[in-house]
Amino acid sequence: MTERMGFFTDTSVCIGCKACEVACKEWNQLPDDGFVFEATSYDNTGQLGASTWRHVAFIEQTRTVRMKEDEGDSGVDRWLMSSDVCKHCTHAACLDVCPTGALFRTEFGTVVVQEDICNGCGYCVPACPFGVIDRREGDGRAWKCTMCYDRQRGGLEPACAKACPTDSIQFGPLDELRERAEDRLERLHADGRSEARLYGESPDDGVGGAGAFFLLLDEPEVYGLPPDPVVTTRDLPSMWRWAGAAALSVAGAVAVAFAGGFAGFRDGGRR
Amino acid sequence: MVPEAEFRSYYGRPVIKAPIWHEPHMPTYLYLGGLSGVSSMMAVVAGFTGHHRLARTTRVAAALGAAAGAGLLAAELGRPERFLNMLRVFKPTSPMSVGSWILAAQGGLSAVAASSELTGSLPVVGDAAVLATGVTGPLTATYTAVLVADTAVPAWHEAYRELPFLFAGSALASAGALGMLATPRAEAGPARAVAVLGAAMETVSGVVMERRLGQAAEPYRQGRAGRLMRSARALTAGGGLLAAVAGRSRTVTALSGLALTAGALCTRFGILAAGRASAADPKYTVVPQRQRLDGERPA
Repeated sequence: MTERMGFFTDTSVCIGCKACEVACKEWNQLPDDGFVFEATSYDNTGQLGASTWRHVAFIEQTRTVRMKEDEGDSGVDRWLMSSDVCKHCTHAACLDVCPTGALFRTEFGTVVVQEDICNGCGYCVPACPFGVIDRREGDGRAWKCTMCYDRQRGGLEPACAKACPTDSIQFGPLDELRERAEDRLERLHADGRSEARLYGESPDDGVGGAGAFFLLLDEPEVYGLPPDPVVTTRDLPSMWRWAGAAALSVAGAVAVAFAGGFAGFRDGGRR
Repeated sequence: MVPEAEFRSYYGRPVIKAPIWHEPHMPTYLYLGGLSGVSSMMAVVAGFTGHHRLARTTRVAAALGAAAGAGLLAAELGRPERFLNMLRVFKPTSPMSVGSWILAAQGGLSAVAASSELTGSLPVVGDAAVLATGVTGPLTATYTAVLVADTAVPAWHEAYRELPFLFAGSALASAGALGMLATPRAEAGPARAVAVLGAAMETVSGVVMERRLGQAAEPYRQGRAGRLMRSARALTAGGGLLAAVAGRSRTVTALSGLALTAGALCTRFGILAAGRASAADPKYTVVPQRQRLDGERPA
């Protein structure tokens, strides 16, 4: 395996241009996923899905800030914009639960669906703690961001990062991105933007750290991200133990039922 | 009553994707898998205890349940022609992979057991197959609980301790009900006992699950899922009580068997509906995670 590659999406410099959405659609030849007027800010994309692998969220906030000593409080609007993407988790639930081996981990440490193997069982869809992967209607298979596996194989950076005009989307070796993100966070905090925080950068979180992580300016749930995602398979050994106990109780219940321990059920049917 | 939790979200949109599994395919498969698994277990014990008619009924029920269930699973796929890709690998981290192998074994063994029973040929092979379903049967009836619990769906994942017992109880009730409906009354005693035990296990584990889940139990009580789960409980409890006295009358046997079957189906449809509802509302994803984070933070 070569170096683990990743995305660092610094939402503090996102201008909401959606160039990433367009570049992704164009490069990956993704079909449209409906033209819906969501009536929520400038976001008519809605959410990540089978044919939407980058999604720019727009959050309009009104908060009160003190402008000058003598002017008192005045309302100021804040726009949060953030380009969401598959997190390419270290412990990826979609990959764990895929029964066919269609989902695999690439030499870049990313998680990719092999479209010639996926049989559309749909198990990865509710397994993802971020709601990223989905099945494409009409096609029947599951699709999600590949971090432009084909471009990476050819030595190019992913289309979204390439198209981003403000470098809000940065692509590179994950270790390097994490260092860069720490520096950026320190600078923002020094500038008094104490609300800045990193999301998904820690290898100690519930998914073992994300291959695509973020710098956010509010709580993750405001952006539609789960605040403390945990890979569902973490509890799998325990789940099997409970199911094993239930299986034994099935055998036990049947044995008891036939043992004639219940006088009322005797039927004289034995021959 | 749990106070309405305050939380923030992105325009109230769900954080996770809801299960895309269809009705009636997926819940009916859950029912048939349970029916097949427990019928096999009953066939094993019926063979040992000399309940010949019941052994015959349960062998056939096990084979039909597994075959019909596998058919529904294939129809559920986005690419049904790639059904065999399920057996391309064995992945212990995927309950669906493990389950595919369990179901393949259960389907094959129960088909051999039923064919041998009905044709009278190769009785030793048939008996060996039925004995082997003593292992695959209980697994077929319970692995599906792990299948649904191993997702990010709050109402399912949080219930991973009780769901296997709820599924086991539902499966016992299903197979007991079919056994008593399809076997002469005088020889269906053990099937009635299985039905009573199953109804009790299903009812108790359902109550325990809803108690322990707290807020995550709401989807099991509200809306369509709530109506299904309440119907399931009434039908299962009623059918179970009737099963205890069903040895006396054909009418009571029919009422009890049908009520238990309807109850088991309502349970399976209710579980899917509750899972979907808990995925659709970001509250069930965000609030517990936020509480976890805030709880860990030193005050």
